[in-house]
Amino acid sequence: MQYWNPTYECMTREEMQRVQTERLINTVKKIYHNVPFFRDKMQKKGIEPCDIKSLEDLKNLPFTYKQDLRDTYPYGLFSAPLSDIVRLHASSGTTGKQIVVGYTRRDIDTWAEVMARTLANAGATKESFVQVAYGYGLFTGGLGAHYGAERIGASVIPISGGNTKRQLQIMKDFGTTILACTPSYALYLAEELAEAGIKKEDLKLKAGVFGAEPWSSNMRKEIEERLGIIAIDIYGLSEIIGPGVATECHCQNGLHVQEDHFIPEIINPDTEEVLPPGTKGELVFTTITKEGMPLIRYRTRDISSLNYDKCECGRTLVRMSKVSGRSDDMLIIRGVNVFPSQIESVLLEMGETAPHYLLIVDRIENLDTLEVWVEMTQGMFSDEVKKIEDLERKIKKEIENTLGINAKVKLVEPKTIERSEGKAKRVIDKRKI
Amino acid sequence: MLVNQISVFLENKSGRLAEVTKILGANDIDISALSIADTTDFGILRLIVNKPEKAEGILKENGFTVSCTNVIAIAVEDKPGGLSAALDILEGSSIGIEYMYAFVGKTTNEALVILRVEDPQRAIKELSNSNIKVLSSEMVYKL
Repeated sequence: MQYWNPTYECMTREEMQRVQTERLINTVKKIYHNVPFFRDKMQKKGIEPCDIKSLEDLKNLPFTYKQDLRDTYPYGLFSAPLSDIVRLHASSGTTGKQIVVGYTRRDIDTWAEVMARTLANAGATKESFVQVAYGYGLFTGGLGAHYGAERIGASVIPISGGNTKRQLQIMKDFGTTILACTPSYALYLAEELAEAGIKKEDLKLKAGVFGAEPWSSNMRKEIEERLGIIAIDIYGLSEIIGPGVATECHCQNGLHVQEDHFIPEIINPDTEEVLPPGTKGELVFTTITKEGMPLIRYRTRDISSLNYDKCECGRTLVRMSKVSGRSDDMLIIRGVNVFPSQIESVLLEMGETAPHYLLIVDRIENLDTLEVWVEMTQGMFSDEVKKIEDLERKIKKEIENTLGINAKVKLVEPKTIERSEGKAKRVIDKRKI
Repeated sequence: MLVNQISVFLENKSGRLAEVTKILGANDIDISALSIADTTDFGILRLIVNKPEKAEGILKENGFTVSCTNVIAIAVEDKPGGLSAALDILEGSSIGIEYMYAFVGKTTNEALVILRVEDPQRAIKELSNSNIKVLSSEMVYKL
């Protein structure tokens, strides 16, 4: 059994609770003093750091929302002085503002630790060749996987995303044994093997760690079949640390949360009441070792449930079920977070009142596509083809600027988009996840 | 001298064009000339009808996006060089043509051309001065 850190991964529940309590108390003390935003929130609830004495008190602390990160952009939630921040990352933001996260040297170390555990779950050792095909840059995927693999002592191939032919050539020539990328890209690579004249038997691949987007068990089976590997599901979010928050083990039956660093809770998204283990609800995380930007009870909007039973692999780390949906209407398209209401604001900015639009999301040849239908109005219409085409292009450009992904824009006749009594159906997601 | 042309937005779906002609037919509106500008996703149907305001109203009621554009109608000799003479005049006066479409009228020896130009008033003046027959709107609607 490959444990990277058996002390923490196989700790008894009592011991883990002791560790978590101590770390939680320290974290709350620090951010109360260092982050005015949190201090205000706590004071509004009438809570002081000395009120936090055990894990039972966690539920008395206020929640943190994505909007809070937007409101304090860029560094308002940092707890460490900026001179101690050695790394900045940003996630695809909504309404134009990115979510900025900051790491101290110790945070980078923590991140490498949790990613090392993740890769070790997939069987990585210092003999491994890890091909990191997650994007390198402000996105946390590439560098997260990189540092984790390096921590293990594996040979890291920092190839980043894209250039599929080269990816496959290197996979074969360098003898890649572990692949790290999004599941849809893994499937795409698998399908391009034949084109590249490479058989799966020519490769030395053993396993892959895939995350950053939802994927079905069917997709997993296909990836495992086509590449001849075990495909491990991993979970993370930049606000918490990046990839490395939770990972499946070879049992592929739930994702072990690195709870000595991140305490999970499940809440009812409407009442914010904490729900018992086994019940589905919204995942909330509290970071208890981060120094740069620690977060208390951050609402992820991801729907999952918690299982505290000991896993067959021997790890006692609590398991979260595969994320089954969102508690808001957010979509993930090509790894980018998209809110349908953003399209509405783009159209409103362009002078269209009560615009009628529809998002059609599909997956064609393993890549997500987005088509935006906008109903033509008298105000938009012109007798000249050129003017209408210019309008289409303008809408497309605005969507790209706001959302960060490109979409096909189709102008449709009035009344072709279904009207509804209640909340308008703005999205048709044809992807079968 | 300015003629009211109806423009209708049509998605590239089957049956849309037939729908428009059906509605016009059912409301006793006669089409004299038409042209379609098409792109990959949509088309603009341009119509010269005998009752343009009525046509606009009826089509809007039926959910179509319609607009009215001012165009000019000229008659040229129905023989080689007929059209070229008229276009030369416009070029000579630096008047740009956005689009045009032609159809045969009921008079022999005459071909009728609908033009959308960038400066219709000046175009009418230049063409009339060069003895090109510019049709009045009444004449066009009666075609």
